[in-house]
Amino acid sequence: MAETLQNLLLGFSVALQPSVLVYAFVGCVIGTLVGMMPGLGPLAGISLLLPATFGLNPIIAIVLLAGVYYGAMYGGSTTSILMRIPGEAASVMTCVDGYAMTQNGRAGPALAIAAIGSFVAGTIAVLGLMLLAPTLAAWALRFGPPEYTALLLMGLFILAYMSGGSTVKTLAMAVLGLLLGMIGIDIMSGYTRFSFGIVELGDGVGIVPVAVGLFGVSEILLSAGALKMPEVQRPKLRDLVPSREELRLSVGPIGRGSVMGFLIGIIPGSAHIISSFVSYGVERRLSKHPDRFGKGAIEGVAGPESANNAAATGAFVPMMALGIPTSPVTAVMIAAIMVHGVLPGPMLIQEQPELFWGFVASMYVGNVVLLILNLPMVGVFVNLLRIPYAYLYPCILCFCIVGTYSVANNIVDVWILLSMGAVGYVLRKFGYDLAPVALGLVLAPMLELSLRQSLAMSAGNYAIFIERPIATTMLVLGALLALYSLKPLFVRDRRDWRSEVGLGKSE
Amino acid sequence: MTEPDQLSARGGLRSDQLSGLMLLALALYVAWANQAYPVGTLQEPGPGYLPLVLAVFLGALGLLTAVFGFRSAPLAAMRWPEAKRAVLILIACAAATFALERIGYRLTVIALLIFFLGLIERKGPVRVAAVALGFAFASFYVIGDLLHVPLPRSPWGF
Repeated sequence: MAETLQNLLLGFSVALQPSVLVYAFVGCVIGTLVGMMPGLGPLAGISLLLPATFGLNPIIAIVLLAGVYYGAMYGGSTTSILMRIPGEAASVMTCVDGYAMTQNGRAGPALAIAAIGSFVAGTIAVLGLMLLAPTLAAWALRFGPPEYTALLLMGLFILAYMSGGSTVKTLAMAVLGLLLGMIGIDIMSGYTRFSFGIVELGDGVGIVPVAVGLFGVSEILLSAGALKMPEVQRPKLRDLVPSREELRLSVGPIGRGSVMGFLIGIIPGSAHIISSFVSYGVERRLSKHPDRFGKGAIEGVAGPESANNAAATGAFVPMMALGIPTSPVTAVMIAAIMVHGVLPGPMLIQEQPELFWGFVASMYVGNVVLLILNLPMVGVFVNLLRIPYAYLYPCILCFCIVGTYSVANNIVDVWILLSMGAVGYVLRKFGYDLAPVALGLVLAPMLELSLRQSLAMSAGNYAIFIERPIATTMLVLGALLALYSLKPLFVRDRRDWRSEVGLGKSE
Repeated sequence: MTEPDQLSARGGLRSDQLSGLMLLALALYVAWANQAYPVGTLQEPGPGYLPLVLAVFLGALGLLTAVFGFRSAPLAAMRWPEAKRAVLILIACAAATFALERIGYRLTVIALLIFFLGLIERKGPVRVAAVALGFAFASFYVIGDLLHVPLPRSPWGF
């Protein structure tokens, strides 16, 4: 514990440097704006900002991008509560009771509880990150290629199991992402695969054009012309104070949302989205008056908002400790810090403690900044919502194009962006979840390399995966989840825990 | 009987059946294209091994989606009200991509915004000009000059 505190002090000595503080603040402001704008979620925001971080040092780059990520989690709630339009996907559940509270004249307390819940959850989750990531990293030092293969396969199966929609469709999307990841030079044999004679594809398909295309462009294609912005209320500072009863009702949901969100955040998938659905479902089930939900229950705002912020921080645990992204956002962030020659993984915390602990400390600072931005200054940010969407989406599209182009000054990336936008649009119309595509793309090279290294280690003997206890445990768990998630295909009318908490299965 | 119920009763292809078959077709194409790479053996996989395994998985999952897709919504009940606008947006973005390195960032963005705001959104000419010029120059200043991100310029240095 003394060592952790000492490391945290080292972190604060980094995070409180004026340059780091300024970039943490800038990241939080950009994140809040990005979170508020429909069609521009944290993923697109981070991707677009990526080229601007190339000239920064790695600590500042990761602090800036992380600020955008959790800033977007805070900002997304404002649009949901005031306009019933989720600024980003994790705020969908906040729309239900948040907007109902606005209609009841309680927009201020809803915004305040969302900000306080986000702050508490963010702080608790940073504590979790601080305590769990170094332990996990130390344990992961025992991992060899077979363990990594098993971990990646287990992650993909957990993703399918946890997904809100059809398991088969989610797995299909993960496989599609893995196939996209096969494009480019095979590092073990030197063969260039599926490049169709396009030289630029030799390096593979980048995560930025795929992620921005699938999530940013497809969202605009779906919503352009459909969104009619409602009138926006601009709450005054004195309206923000919640009543004693509202505070009392929010304490439990904030606590539960924080813990659940953090734990779900560690699991692969769109954790910040899933966590808010799970939290809403749990709060409704625990409530003595579930009929209040949907009509302006403060618990329906406090729980999901806390959960999605905690999950956003939880996602940094496997990213930092194992070097494995569990969401498209962390995948882009890994790409961002790898540009600086920093390789996230078990050795990172040992070899570059100032980076890891500076990052952790900056999140404490960021949460305080965001609380200030989202409470006294909420009225200023609300002005952005007055810009009609007809003006907003063309500008967002321009940012998507130029942001993608700037990552590598490569026009092929922009063609990939547009293709992915079209593919994402069609897939979303057919009810497919797109997060597994982005995750599969990032995991594919790791999976292929670790699989082939494992076989090289064992002279082609697959028994290596069942001779090592950690790998065996993870594979068995993954296989069980895979079998269990296929059950709804064959057994009808059985409700499982996912449908009970609002993650309905569509098979 | 509502319209979807009528469509459902009438039968016909379902949305999951079509999407499942599309995935199956993609899997078959990948398996066919993968013939160019050595698959190797189970013990010593080559560069074509994992793509083939993934193509088989994708095909199987596509088939499962199609087979169990009879429970999904009828294809005829799907609504595409935004499709025309989406196609227009994509065509405009493709034209902008084609032009980006040829006429530079600022001219491309101005042309793209004039198309979106003037032709698609039918906004007034003064507003269109103000937004297009303002956004193109302001974003170039912030991204290109302040953040030092290299943005394409036209052959005329503009």
